[in-house]
Amino acid sequence: MKFTLNWLRDHLDTSCSLNEICEGLVSLGHEVEEIIDPAKNLSDFRIVEIRDVNPHPEADRLKVCSVDDNGTLLQIVCGAPNARAGLKTVLAPVGSYVPGIDIVIKKSNIRGQESNGMLCAFSELELDGNSDGIIELAEHAEIGTSYIEHADLNDPIIEIAITPNRGDCLGVRGIARDLSAAGFGKLKSLDASECSGVFDSPIHWELAQDCKEIVPRVTGRFFRNVSNGDCPNWMEKRLNAVGQRPISALVDITNYIMIDLGRPLHAFDADKINGDTLFIRRAENEEKIFALNEKEYTCTSDMLVIGDKDGADDIAGIMGGQRTGISNTTKNLFLEIAVFDPVNVATTGRSLNIHSDARYRFERGLDGESPDSLSGYIARFVQKICGGEISHVVSVGDGVKWQRKITFKPELTRQLTGIELAHTEQSNILKDLGFVVKHNQDNSWEVMPPAWRNDVDGEADLVEEIVRIAGYDKLPMVSLPATSVVAKPVYSHEQLRPVLLRRMLVSAGLYEAVTFSFMAQSDAVLFDGGEEALTLVNPISSELDCMRPSIVPNLLQALSRNMNRGTKNIRLFEIGPVFHGTKETDQTLSCSGVLSGDFQYGDWQSNARSVDVFDVKKIMEQICETLSISSHSLMMKTPGPKWFHPGQSATMMLGKIAIGSFGMIHPEILREFDIKAPVAAFDCSINAVPKTRKKSVARALFKPSAFQTVERDFAFVLDQNVSASSLLRAVKAAAKEQISDIGIFDVYEGDEIGHGKKSIAVKIQLTPSDATFTEAELQQISNDIIKSVEKQCLATLRG
Amino acid sequence: MADIDYLKEKFLSDISQASDLEQLNEIKIAALGKKGAISEELSKLGKMAADARREAGQIINSVKQDLNYALNERHATLAKQALEKKLETEKIDVSLPSRPSVHAKIHPLSRTMEEISAIFSDMGFVIAEGPEIETDEHNFTALNIPPEHPARQEHDTFYLKPDESGERPVLRTHTSPVQIRTMRSKEPPIRIIVPGRTYRSDHDATHSPMFHQCEGLVIGPNIHMGHLKATLIDFCRSFFGVVELPVRFRPSYFPFTEPSAEVDIGCSREDGGLKIGAGDDWLEILGSGMVNPRVLENCGYDPSTTQGFAFGMGIERLAMLKYGIPDLRTFYDSDLRWLHHYGFMPHDVAGLHTGIV
Repeated sequence: MKFTLNWLRDHLDTSCSLNEICEGLVSLGHEVEEIIDPAKNLSDFRIVEIRDVNPHPEADRLKVCSVDDNGTLLQIVCGAPNARAGLKTVLAPVGSYVPGIDIVIKKSNIRGQESNGMLCAFSELELDGNSDGIIELAEHAEIGTSYIEHADLNDPIIEIAITPNRGDCLGVRGIARDLSAAGFGKLKSLDASECSGVFDSPIHWELAQDCKEIVPRVTGRFFRNVSNGDCPNWMEKRLNAVGQRPISALVDITNYIMIDLGRPLHAFDADKINGDTLFIRRAENEEKIFALNEKEYTCTSDMLVIGDKDGADDIAGIMGGQRTGISNTTKNLFLEIAVFDPVNVATTGRSLNIHSDARYRFERGLDGESPDSLSGYIARFVQKICGGEISHVVSVGDGVKWQRKITFKPELTRQLTGIELAHTEQSNILKDLGFVVKHNQDNSWEVMPPAWRNDVDGEADLVEEIVRIAGYDKLPMVSLPATSVVAKPVYSHEQLRPVLLRRMLVSAGLYEAVTFSFMAQSDAVLFDGGEEALTLVNPISSELDCMRPSIVPNLLQALSRNMNRGTKNIRLFEIGPVFHGTKETDQTLSCSGVLSGDFQYGDWQSNARSVDVFDVKKIMEQICETLSISSHSLMMKTPGPKWFHPGQSATMMLGKIAIGSFGMIHPEILREFDIKAPVAAFDCSINAVPKTRKKSVARALFKPSAFQTVERDFAFVLDQNVSASSLLRAVKAAAKEQISDIGIFDVYEGDEIGHGKKSIAVKIQLTPSDATFTEAELQQISNDIIKSVEKQCLATLRG
Repeated sequence: MADIDYLKEKFLSDISQASDLEQLNEIKIAALGKKGAISEELSKLGKMAADARREAGQIINSVKQDLNYALNERHATLAKQALEKKLETEKIDVSLPSRPSVHAKIHPLSRTMEEISAIFSDMGFVIAEGPEIETDEHNFTALNIPPEHPARQEHDTFYLKPDESGERPVLRTHTSPVQIRTMRSKEPPIRIIVPGRTYRSDHDATHSPMFHQCEGLVIGPNIHMGHLKATLIDFCRSFFGVVELPVRFRPSYFPFTEPSAEVDIGCSREDGGLKIGAGDDWLEILGSGMVNPRVLENCGYDPSTTQGFAFGMGIERLAMLKYGIPDLRTFYDSDLRWLHHYGFMPHDVAGLHTGIV
């Protein structure tokens, strides 16, 4: 909402400065978005007269002017063709800033001639006007006066944001009323008296039966023999200032009243209306209206239109039609003042995609009395400017039901806001805003909001009005009462899991990424997702049209982008939601990562090592350990999901629960994502990992073994397809009690042991429980291990 | 006993001239070994008369002690020399680079959420969560956003394909539906924050189709707007680490709060840079208000006895302002150079005891 300070002063008797007014607007909830104060940029510019003009001796196009600057003669070099003796024009003195050319004027020497300032064109002042030469002022312009004073430009423009509930402030008067209630001046009276008119309107309304609900009130008047032309200068200036292009007096009046009083009007050229009736009705399906913005709109039967017997020519509350619109030659005017159902206007405007100032105001709700209460004022306003004769009012509609009664206990203000405010002060605020306050017996009030405040319908609204005017700076500062003397964590046990995982993974060398929760459906399908129920009706693009079934594809995209930037070693992870359906429980938390390039960097001592499947297996184990699951309890089910390399991947099982998967990404998937290097990935479903029961804070007693541990090595030859984990299981099973650690230190395949075989060397650590092992005991354990492995893995001890 | 004196002088001289430990060991064997010269002198004692034996024995033992002492002394010297020589040969160029290691950073959004959590943790808040695919009812209706409200339009809200009942699930446009879920499942008092992902159908330089919000909700006996004011002022000052940070409350409008307030913090702009703190300008930082009685009713609370406040803030915006990140879209691009530049070390934990600025 834009207006000028002088415009505001039409309604507000105030001695406040621009700054005070703007601070007041903010404190009332009207955020000031911009203040354009022409005086700020143009205050240095003053009126001078050219006394004498001589050609520049060194330049054909330049002139050397002698300029009278309020008694001082200045020499100024000027190139304007219209510079001539006797011309009154505008001087930018030395030291002034010229906004149109972004220059500070300096005393200068132009081809040997001194120049002490600049004579200005309109464009150099960023003003509209003929800029072929310097500004030409009238004879009576007074030398030495400020140009902005002379041109009446000293009127700052204020732009404020109006919250959607405050339709009443989409007019200057509404803003003035708010300011006056808060003590920034006094609201001037508005002559709202009736205007009886001198003849019967030859045009009258007919409201369709099925529209009564959405057309509570419409009034109209006929204006005979008006003269349309340019609007008065003062009005043109104001409309220009707020960004409304002046068109013709009659059109400009409707725009002016809309901004001045927040009251949109619609003007018909009465001579273009066929017949004596304007029908307010629902549109025919496919009924076409060629609107004032020179576009044709096709209506549907739920839309409200107004027209004559030739058809609709006004989309009610949104935009009028060309056929019956005002032209420069309009002689007879029919002026509509209406209140329509805001929801209907909004719906129609949305379907037709018309954003008009009228729609903006209609859909935020208008003063329900205004078709009647402002009719007289508006009629006189039209007559004052365009002359002519005014008819009696013609109207339809039962009236807007805006009256409400709210039972209000002034005590609620303190209860909701903590502000102590005397009851009289509270009721004065409400009265200043136009509310009617009646005191009941029991300390409660009956409060009736005014016709223009259709946003207020409850006690809390009244409290807001009261404290808004009293000022939010009166709010006390009260700390929340303590809930507990013992500090409570903000995270639940479950919420802490991603926090811990994040730190662990970053410590392990992976960068944390945040990617979108949606992705391309075509990619989602590759990762067991992409079902229709999870696709967006209105995606930003087809690249982002489906909720992600996994984070991995998004990370592959990110990896690809980084590779295209020339990065080779990439380690990225993300912790975030994935979606398997639309139900609440279908959203789970995943922790996924992708790695490519070197996992260990090379240098002068050692060679680099590329990422492989065991790096991501390790990360999955670390994830489990971080979530208090021992990695010893994990089983690998091969192969992993289909997007992995079938021979280099696994699903990680904890008993029967799949908690995630890891492996090298399948080459076909890499091709889909245009990635040319091998990529390892892991994908853990955090929700699937069982929550470990919270142990007691105290630890079990530390009992170190008093006896020597012993190490033994074994090498077994077994079939290639027997897994290492089954070998370790067989070893462990033979001496469960004694084996305290177990590891593989060599894997060999080759000629020495024959085709289809492999050799695995195992190192175990044995820890006795009650006495140091004897040689015989150790021999027994060794024999048991060998026997167990031979039996379970069909292996032989390597000689 | 001329022999023994001679032997003593000879060995002492040999010892002092021994050039390395090996030579010294040979001298030790030659003197004190089983067949060494001094041992031989000792073995002669048996053939002597008792008196002479005692006298000679004392002399020989004294010589043996002297030699042992000299041997030990020399040994220490030579050992030290040998070690020095060895260390000299082991010298390496420690200016060579150390082994390369992998390192990484936490995303600034995670860091910011931890900071927010730390501050509200101190005020007794806990985190609540909710699904990102929401019902129309939770996201709009229960929050007093009427069916015709423009926010529900497709140019603002993402919708999924209608389900069997014809309902279109929405991607939550704010974290506020978690207010509804919490109030419907729990009796007051409530003190929660809700950090999480939110979605709006916007994509340009200053809007992302996905972004993060943190909602707050406090419901309890006599919780009024003064509590809201103190809570949010304390938060803003703690978060930006500016004790005297000016914080301004402005009346505003949200369908789910009444009265509503927008919160601005003070700032100044110099040379194109932004400085948070006392200055001549204001920055909008969050929205807040007393929970609208209609919302309380929608959750089964009695507004005449139950009240409280709610607030919501954009996490990206907070991170951008605090850490000087200029472009919203870069948050989701996963550019490693950006992540490294704006990210945080994993051991740099945000907490009130460790500091959050």
